[in-house]
Amino acid sequence: MYKAILAIRYLFKRRISHFSLVAVALCVFVVLVVMTVLSGLTSQFKNNAHLSVGDCIISTKSLVGFAYYEQFLEILDNEKIVEAASPVIKNYAIVKSVTTSSAVPYIERTLKIAGIDPVSHSRVTGFADWLHYNKTDTAKAFEPVYDTNLPGCVMGVGFLFDRDSDGNYLIPEQIPQFEIDVTSFPLTAKGALAKAGTGVVNTKTFAFTDCAQSRISADWQTIYLPFKEAQLLCGMAGAEKRVNAIHIKFKPGVDLPTGCETINALWQNFVTKKAEAAHANLLRKVKVQNWKIYSREMVAVAETQQTMMIFCFAMIGIITVFIVFVVFYMIVCHKTKDIGILKSIGVSNANIKALFLSFAFLVAACGSVIGTLAGWKFLVHINQIEDWLFEHFGFQLFDRTMYAIGDIPNTIDLKVLAGIISVAFLACLAGAFIPSRQAAKLEPVDTLQVNQL
Amino acid sequence: MNDNNFILKAENLHKSYRMGRTQVSVLKGLDLAVKKGEFLAIVGASGSGKSTLLHILGALDRPDKGVVSFKGQNLQQLTNNKLNKFRNAMVGFVFQFYHLLDELNVLENVFLPAMAGKSVLGWITSRAEAKKRAKDLLTQFGLADRVNHKPYQLSGGERQRTAIARALMNQPELLLADEPTGNLDSATGNGILDVFEKLNNNGQTIVMVTHDERIAQRAQRIITLTDGQII
Repeated sequence: MYKAILAIRYLFKRRISHFSLVAVALCVFVVLVVMTVLSGLTSQFKNNAHLSVGDCIISTKSLVGFAYYEQFLEILDNEKIVEAASPVIKNYAIVKSVTTSSAVPYIERTLKIAGIDPVSHSRVTGFADWLHYNKTDTAKAFEPVYDTNLPGCVMGVGFLFDRDSDGNYLIPEQIPQFEIDVTSFPLTAKGALAKAGTGVVNTKTFAFTDCAQSRISADWQTIYLPFKEAQLLCGMAGAEKRVNAIHIKFKPGVDLPTGCETINALWQNFVTKKAEAAHANLLRKVKVQNWKIYSREMVAVAETQQTMMIFCFAMIGIITVFIVFVVFYMIVCHKTKDIGILKSIGVSNANIKALFLSFAFLVAACGSVIGTLAGWKFLVHINQIEDWLFEHFGFQLFDRTMYAIGDIPNTIDLKVLAGIISVAFLACLAGAFIPSRQAAKLEPVDTLQVNQL
Repeated sequence: MNDNNFILKAENLHKSYRMGRTQVSVLKGLDLAVKKGEFLAIVGASGSGKSTLLHILGALDRPDKGVVSFKGQNLQQLTNNKLNKFRNAMVGFVFQFYHLLDELNVLENVFLPAMAGKSVLGWITSRAEAKKRAKDLLTQFGLADRVNHKPYQLSGGERQRTAIARALMNQPELLLADEPTGNLDSATGNGILDVFEKLNNNGQTIVMVTHDERIAQRAQRIITLTDGQII
C-alpha cells in the first residue's frame, strides 16, 4: 500500500517527475496523431488501389493481350466465389483535342487506355462512384448527351480540372462539350504492328462524356473508352478477340488468398485445355494475382512509408526510454535518503524495486491518458485547425492542389492506440528498470550517510 | 547474570572500512550486552565507531567478524527476508537528522512502519487500528495538532518527536537512537531526552549513541567507545 501512496506522491509532488510525465504524454500524443493521419492516408490509398482493380486480376504485361477470354468469363460466371468479372483492354494512346471547351484545357498527351464495359466494370471496381455526371446511371457513362454519332469517353479528372484549397476538383455543372482524337498502335496477336507499312496507327474521335476520380494516379494518366471501341483501336478485335486483363470481384466473405488460388487453378486448367489452340502462347504469359500484388508498385510506396513511420516511432520509443531512464536515475539519486529510511523500517529490496516500477507504471498510465486525450482532441479538430491555418497563414499540411485527399484522416484505430500505449508502458518500465535495481541495491548505511565514523 | 536478561548481545565485533587505499578498522573485537528495559548510552568521540556499532546492532549493517544476537537469535544467520521483518517489528531507529519522508504528512510518516509490515489486504483490515495508534503516539508527544502537516512545516524538535513516534509505531523491543539531540538546541534536546526517559520508565529498551557526555548522563548506563573498543 505504501508503494502506491509513495509512487503517487513522487509523481505529483516532485517537479522532476512531471518532466517524465510530459515526455511520455508528448510521445504518445505525437505518435498517435502521426500514426492516425499517416495510417489513415495509407489505408485510404490502399483502399483506393483495391477499388481500382477489384480483388483478383488475370492479366498479362504484354500489350498484345490474350485470347479466349470470353470462354473463361463463362467459366467465371459459373464459379460460386465470383461476384463479377470485367474484361479490360489496356494500352497506350496519344490523346489530342479536336474541339475545345472553355471549361477544359487543350489536351495533347500520351495516356493509358482502359477499355471497359462500364456496368460490369462498376460491379468489380469503384468505377460508378468515380464518375461525376453518370454516378446514378453507369450504363450511360459513354453516351454523349449532345452528339450520338460519336462514342463517348471518360477521362481522368486530374488532367482536366484544377482543385480548390479543400482538394475538390472544380468540375463544371454542365458536361463540357468537346471531342478528342485517340490514336493507338494496333498490334497483331504475334505482337507486330497491325498496319505496318500502311497507316501504322488507329485514330478515332470520342466525345467527352464524364470524368472519373479514383483518387489514385489513374486520375492523371487514364482515359476510359467503351470496351469494343478500345478493342478495335488496339487491334484486338480480330478472329480471336483479345483483352489485356480480366478483373474479378469475389463474393463477400471469400478469403483473398483462397479465392485467388481457386481462380489460378481454374486458369491453369483452362490454359492446359487451350494448349493446342492458336496463340496459346499468349495464355502462358498471363498471371493470376491478388490486388495487393497486382498493385504492388503503388502499394509498396505506401507500405514503405508505413515501415519508415514505424522505424521513426521506434526511435521515438528509444528516446522515451532514455528520457525516462535519465529522469528516474535523477529521482533515485534524489531519493537515496528515502530508500535508506524505507530499508531501516524493514522494506525489502524487491519492494523498493516495486516502488520505483510502480512509479514508472503510474508515469506511463498518466502520460498515456494525457497524451491520448490530447491526441484525440487534436485529431477531432485537426481539419478545423488546418482550415484555420490556411485561412490565416495560407498553410496547408497537405497541399490539396497536389495531394488527392479530402479531409485529413482522423479516426483513431483502437489497435494502433493499444499498441502505442503498450509501447509507452514498456518504455517507462524499461527506462525505470536499471534505476530501480540500483535503488534496491543501495545499502541503508550508505543512503542514510551513517558510514561516517 | 542469566543470558535471558539480555535482549541484545554483541561479541567480538570487527568492522573496517576502506578509505582510498587504506583500510580503517572501526570496531576491534568489541563486546557488548544490553539488558531488557535498559537505557544505555554509548559515548565516543567523532569517528570512534559508535554509529557503526549502532547500525550493526540494528541489522542495518553487517560486521566483518563477530556475532550480534537479539534475544538469543544470531542476526547473521537470518535471511534477508527475516532481517527485514526484524527491522520492521523488533527495532525502531531514531536518527540525528530525523529522516522523515517529505512526501508524507506527519501521521503517514508515523504509521509507515505498520503499513510496510503488511500486505495490501492486511493493511486494509488493520488500517483503522494503526491510524489510531499513530494518533495516540502523536498525542502522547504533543503533536496531535500536527498530524496533517508535512515534515518541512515542523520545527526540529517536532520532527524528532515524529521520528520517535514512527520508531515506536510497531512497538519494537529495542529503540536505537543515533545522536537524537545532535541537531537540536539544548532545550529541545532535553525535551527529547525527557521522552526517552519516560519511554524507558515504561520498560522500553533504548540504546543511544552520543558524543556529548552531559546528554549521556540521562541514561542508566554509559559506556565509552575508544579506538574501536569499549573501555
